[in-house]
Amino acid sequence: METIPFSKNTDTAEMLEINFGPQHPSTHGVFRMAVQLEGEKICGLKPVFGYLHRNHEQIAENLPYAAVMPYTDRLDYVNALTNNFGYALAVEKLAGLEVPERAEYIRVIMAELARIVNHIAVIGFMLNDLGAFFTPLLYAFRERERILDIFEGVTGSRLMNNFFRFGGVKHDLTEADLAEIKKIIARFPAFLKEFEDLLTKNEILCMRCQNVGILSAGDAINAGITGPVLRASGVNYDIRKVDGYSIYNRFDFQVPLGKKGDVYDRYYVRILEIRQSLKILEQALAKIPQGEIMNKKALPYLKMPRNFKPPVGEAYGRIESPKGELGFYVVSDGTPQPWRYHVRAPSLINLTALEEMCLGQKVADAIVILGSIDIVLGETDR
Amino acid sequence: MDIPVSEVKKELEARLPDVKLRAVGNSLLVENPDDLPRVALFLKENPKFLLDYLSSVTGADYLSYLESVYHLYSMAKKHGPVALRVRVPKNKARIPSLVTVYRSAELQEREAYDTFGIIYEEHPDLRRLFMWEDFEGHPLRKDYAQEDSETLEAADIAWLEARGVEVPPEMKEKAKALEAAGQRAVAQKPEKPRN
Repeated sequence: METIPFSKNTDTAEMLEINFGPQHPSTHGVFRMAVQLEGEKICGLKPVFGYLHRNHEQIAENLPYAAVMPYTDRLDYVNALTNNFGYALAVEKLAGLEVPERAEYIRVIMAELARIVNHIAVIGFMLNDLGAFFTPLLYAFRERERILDIFEGVTGSRLMNNFFRFGGVKHDLTEADLAEIKKIIARFPAFLKEFEDLLTKNEILCMRCQNVGILSAGDAINAGITGPVLRASGVNYDIRKVDGYSIYNRFDFQVPLGKKGDVYDRYYVRILEIRQSLKILEQALAKIPQGEIMNKKALPYLKMPRNFKPPVGEAYGRIESPKGELGFYVVSDGTPQPWRYHVRAPSLINLTALEEMCLGQKVADAIVILGSIDIVLGETDR
Repeated sequence: MDIPVSEVKKELEARLPDVKLRAVGNSLLVENPDDLPRVALFLKENPKFLLDYLSSVTGADYLSYLESVYHLYSMAKKHGPVALRVRVPKNKARIPSLVTVYRSAELQEREAYDTFGIIYEEHPDLRRLFMWEDFEGHPLRKDYAQEDSETLEAADIAWLEARGVEVPPEMKEKAKALEAAGQRAVAQKPEKPRN
């Protein structure tokens, strides 16, 4: 096995070097942390990647643009829809394709539902890591199932949706689907109240999470941390607001911020973000217009994807995925395949500051801190 | 909110006159890789731009040269991106690391080193990110010999036949010819730069 270059020397008798993972259940996949311990205290930590590496970027460079879409589902497999969103956005920027009004609304509705699914799932898993075995997680999964039913009805698949197309979406939302989504939104606050009653002021949760894994705003910005982890540190940066991509600039919603940047803030920011997503969904459902769901110019490419040749150039499209900034860098050379395709994965880059957050904490806290960052290994390792 | 490249270029040329810059499309090419940390630091600290957040670092292979592309944004002023790029020849792919300016480059530069073989000088911990240490080659380079999944080699055929799978004779002939020539089944590569 290779040696991990820790910053501290391990030759002292008190220092112990252990491996978390790659098969440890709390790493949410196959992720390894090489940890240096002095007693129970962490004095060094290096993440080790690559156990789920499949060279996603090369696969994409050998395929026509449209054929990459299902592969993006497998990046962050908890919310495939937002991955589709980012990729579609980058390619549309490259090809200069417009998206019809109704399709934009459908995109936003699906992406916000995916965000809710992600946030409740990640809170559930984080509590699992804390030792609240499966009770909160299954409460969350009960609600997640209802949303996945919608995904199944609309896209044909519960997890790997492959729903977005360049210049639109694959299927329309029927009136029945919209009514069902409205029902879910209507009952969601009651679930959130129940969830919060159980958790937010829970003494064990507070003691384990408050003042643990603190990340300051300056460190977070410098280390390129994005998403709820950044906002928990008090930095007001939400790409939905900043870029206003798609039609997000038309909705009225707030960006919840944390104060301290500890694990508790990250938990609570996610709860608040679910409420904001519900707010966006309500507005989108009230305003969704009738009309086309595909740009007419892009229709022929659905049947003949190899005819889709964006002009020579490059584009960087980014969205606020539930985990952070998900960016796609696509370079076209005028052929049906991208010359260069790169994914800026939030799960990977959010781990840059993992060591700072864990230093000086106990081993058990490292697990909670990792849970609060919210990584998915399909995206980290690509 | 986009920042026009010309504006960034003008400001940089006024303050760092010895740095050679060229606008390439919507991005700024830093002609001499050694100037990159200075340019980045200037853009990060200049109150007009305050590009405090390095979003993405990635490599790209254009056959005659390698490229490293940086997308900078500002969290303080909420604008961006400014894309910087650096070109280096393949046999001398060395670029100064940006980790001292932006920590977010740490893992991303390791990734670009792993997949493209670009050496980021003075990176604190430049190891392969995804591949194991003994791995040979850099898989995202266009000259990386990639296995052809549609052509079978002699060993594959032996494996299949041992399990009772019939292999068409033309596939066997192809495998024999490859073995006689001492070659492996390698996928087709792009012939010339397509950009």
